[in-house]
Amino acid sequence: MAAGHCDVLIIGAGPAGMAAALAAASSGARITLLDDNPAPGGQIWRDGPGAHLPPQALRMREALTRCANVRLLCGTCVVSLAGAGALLLEDARQGWVQHYGKLILCTGARELLLPFPGWTLPGVTGAGGLQALVKAGMPVAGERIVIAGSGPLLLVAAATARQAGANVIRIAEQARLPAVAGFAAQLLRWPGKARQALGLASVRYRTGTHVVSVQGAGRVESVRLLHAGGREMEINCDRVACGFGLVPNTELGQLLGCALTPASSGARALAVDGLQATSVAGIYAAGECTGVGGSERALAQGRIAGLAAVETSAAAQRHGPERAHWQAFADQLHRHFTLAPSLKNLARPDTLVCRCEDVPQAALAGCGGWTEAKLHTRCGMGACQGRVCGAAAHFIFGWTPPVPRPPLSPARVATLASIALPPGGGSP
Amino acid sequence: MKAPDTVTLHVNGRPLSVRTGTSVAAALRIAEAPGMGMARRSVQGEARAPFCGMGICQECRVDIDGRRRLACQTHCEDGMVVEAAT
Repeated sequence: MAAGHCDVLIIGAGPAGMAAALAAASSGARITLLDDNPAPGGQIWRDGPGAHLPPQALRMREALTRCANVRLLCGTCVVSLAGAGALLLEDARQGWVQHYGKLILCTGARELLLPFPGWTLPGVTGAGGLQALVKAGMPVAGERIVIAGSGPLLLVAAATARQAGANVIRIAEQARLPAVAGFAAQLLRWPGKARQALGLASVRYRTGTHVVSVQGAGRVESVRLLHAGGREMEINCDRVACGFGLVPNTELGQLLGCALTPASSGARALAVDGLQATSVAGIYAAGECTGVGGSERALAQGRIAGLAAVETSAAAQRHGPERAHWQAFADQLHRHFTLAPSLKNLARPDTLVCRCEDVPQAALAGCGGWTEAKLHTRCGMGACQGRVCGAAAHFIFGWTPPVPRPPLSPARVATLASIALPPGGGSP
Repeated sequence: MKAPDTVTLHVNGRPLSVRTGTSVAAALRIAEAPGMGMARRSVQGEARAPFCGMGICQECRVDIDGRRRLACQTHCEDGMVVEAAT
């Protein structure tokens, strides 16, 4: 099996990872930047036939291609650790061990997807999930779409769907009007965000409203929404996109031994210091995996991590004020879009919580925690390895998500075999 | 004659031309219209379609050129053979 060597390995090519690579590149260090998506940009700058990338994203992609010392590997997953200073990687063709000097984790965030009756029907997606699918060329022209959940991402997803010709008939935000209005009033401190918000404003937007259930025979036919005032309504539609904010992707960091810190809505993030260093020497983290805060914060953090990783801490510290400016924005976001405790009761006893193993809420309600749930129901033991139900059960039951185990993503036997055997092969 | 900005793949035995850069997840939806792009059947036999759109949930795993891969994380390519559950 082939092996790779680099000075700085960056996991995740979203805004944080791209900024880290560009910042570290001027040192001349050999940098490998990898991402499991088919192209760089992360979720916010996901490319595709339905995407309209902002000029900054295009400039950064272009700049990366001009850096001879940056190797960009897309469609590449981290499978597991492979000894000190090495990770086992896999792409569509092969697996290999990648050795590194310094490691920068820019693993981003995923959506918090909470179970409700009907959420497994074809046509139900995440809110960011809908946006990602549309950018990748999924046609939605003429479809009646209801978007629900929480956070500014709902409006962004609605705008993407509308540009693609969809009829977005309702945007249901669970946070109540005073909280959302309070957030909007704070936006003047970040003029760019205020302009963006004005561009996204929609007459279809309703606060204090959450999803109750989705109905349909084999696919989405209607959605029931409940307003905080007690009024319930049923809306006929073709698609429901529902996301309750974002959860930091901490699994690889945890596997490497990096300490966690509490983040929004009870989730956890990778703990970092002023130079984006984690608790493990030589490992840095930047962007949403250190707490959800948007692309501007991720860019500032990425620059700091990239500079710090190539021993230019003084230059890294110059980006501190910029990071603080965007951290304050992130703090406002979390304060105003806190999830209502009533959302813990969206799943009915027969609602599947674990989509991989088809485990209903009733089977989990009596369990005391993850270990018991896994042993008795197989919850979290399927293909997604608890990425979806683990975050949901953390919110619903307060269970600490399972400690990640290798392989971090489903991998081919040939890839796993390459590190299962000691050097030279033979039995251990 | 094939347009230069499209690729042609096979989805469940049928040829399908899509714009370059289209994901297999999107191709499932285009191929199955008016269905919603079913990818697999669950443990209990329920139809499942792409859900998270970003490589996390594994709902869109299908057979692509003989290997199980995520439809949402894979670009369509000329000659690609995709087998999804029906």
